[in-house]
Amino acid sequence: MTSLLDFLRGSQGDGRFVPPSKLTGRLTLAAAAAMSFLAVFALVLTMAAHRQAALWGQTLAGTATVRIASPHEPEQVQAALVILETTTGVNAARILSEDEHAALLAPWLGPDLPLQDLPLPSLIEVELSPDGIDTLGLNLRLQAEVPSATFDDHSRWRAPLIDAAKRMRNLGWAALGLTFATLAVMVALSTQSALASNKQEIDVLHLVGAEDRFIARAFVWRFTGRAVAGALLGTGLGIIATLLLPNDPAAGSFLTALPPNGLGWLVPFLVVPLVAAVAYLATRVTVMRLLKETTL
Amino acid sequence: MIELQNVTQSYGGSALLTDVSVQFAPGSFHFLTGPSGAGKSTLLKLLYGELRPTRGHVQLFGIASTNMARDQLARTRRRIGVVHQDCRFLDHLSLAENIALPLQIAGQLTPADRQNLADLLVWVGLAHRSDALPAELSGGERQRAALARAVMIDPEVILADEPTGNVDWEMAQRLLQLLIELNKMGKTIVLATHDLNLIRAAKTQVEARVLRIRDRQVQLAGASL
Repeated sequence: MTSLLDFLRGSQGDGRFVPPSKLTGRLTLAAAAAMSFLAVFALVLTMAAHRQAALWGQTLAGTATVRIASPHEPEQVQAALVILETTTGVNAARILSEDEHAALLAPWLGPDLPLQDLPLPSLIEVELSPDGIDTLGLNLRLQAEVPSATFDDHSRWRAPLIDAAKRMRNLGWAALGLTFATLAVMVALSTQSALASNKQEIDVLHLVGAEDRFIARAFVWRFTGRAVAGALLGTGLGIIATLLLPNDPAAGSFLTALPPNGLGWLVPFLVVPLVAAVAYLATRVTVMRLLKETTL
Repeated sequence: MIELQNVTQSYGGSALLTDVSVQFAPGSFHFLTGPSGAGKSTLLKLLYGELRPTRGHVQLFGIASTNMARDQLARTRRRIGVVHQDCRFLDHLSLAENIALPLQIAGQLTPADRQNLADLLVWVGLAHRSDALPAELSGGERQRAALARAVMIDPEVILADEPTGNVDWEMAQRLLQLLIELNKMGKTIVLATHDLNLIRAAKTQVEARVLRIRDRQVQLAGASL
């Protein structure tokens, strides 16, 4: 436990050859914490968008709707049903009951709706086979026999929704990438400042035989330790904040189902090793480059 | 071992050393003397590669320092123990850690080394100060610690810049004794000092050559000392 604490302080191992710098150390920790917090959110958002795209794709893809605009004409509805049942590519067709109509309209018009008094279209829910359907042929037959019927395979709805979810997902990845890039820049700048303020120590180490790799390790230890400490803090807070988000997938909205589910909860924890890797690389590349530019 | 070939060293256009050629053979003991500002420290810095000659060559173990990359120079310095005039410690580490630093860097701190470290601290009279930070030490203590660090890695060459400047005569003789013992073990010693008494004391025990820097040249001093 002591050694873990020492590592997080960056004072264990080769890190102790660099004097502890309270300011750059704290700044690195704070930057890593803030970036980890943001990274957790970017990840959660990306995962939610991913799930949503898959969900919308699945539920809307296998179904279609036929809308018959002339209300209260059961024979028209029956005619359309017969056409559908004799069309290849249709697995099943079912007239939506009045209760289902009411459920669909309730969010907009309230529960106590006198449906029979309204000129509502009749709806037939169609279950499509995965092999597809001849949309043009079906439309022609419907127009000939039931002129008020419209066939809707949902693609008009589906395409922009899936597109939106995918864009959201890509945006999430981009935000995640930018977060880590910003962290790398911050760590590199702290390293540079630490190098400048520890010039004397670097000279001493070099004078008593330390190669650049050794000197770099001293800084890498310190900054990676601080960054991991910050990442633990930021990721922890990020996960707590995610737990506090509304989580009600039944509500059916993107915003009410943000938190990951099942094994998805493990993904935000990946932020910690990622931050460690970014801090390690940023410090090492910075130190090695700056030392190389030093003469002697 | 270490050799200066026609070295000219200039600072901002004015030459401090001109066309100097000196050879430091293995196992030799050299004093480097001359007035303050004559270039004693500069010459020592050339010998361990902190300075590169403006003209000419400094051969460190057969390789010109001007041709060495940083890492190669760092490795070469493990064969050269240096006592700097301003000592140069890592101020956040204890005295014992500072003295063990060259070995830690070389990655070879064995239990035997820890015993050596303890013995060395006793020898330079700093055993009771091993946990102190460099800033808590007196000038004389710092110089003794610097010498201890220089010899800790068992180098082939020891370069010391006024190592007895801040210690009393008794301690100066003690430190000289340490260097003489090391020389008898085959180490090459170059000691910059303007303390003629120290040079005289050494000459009774060891065959030391005295190099004097004068008029930007290095001359072999005669028997006058």
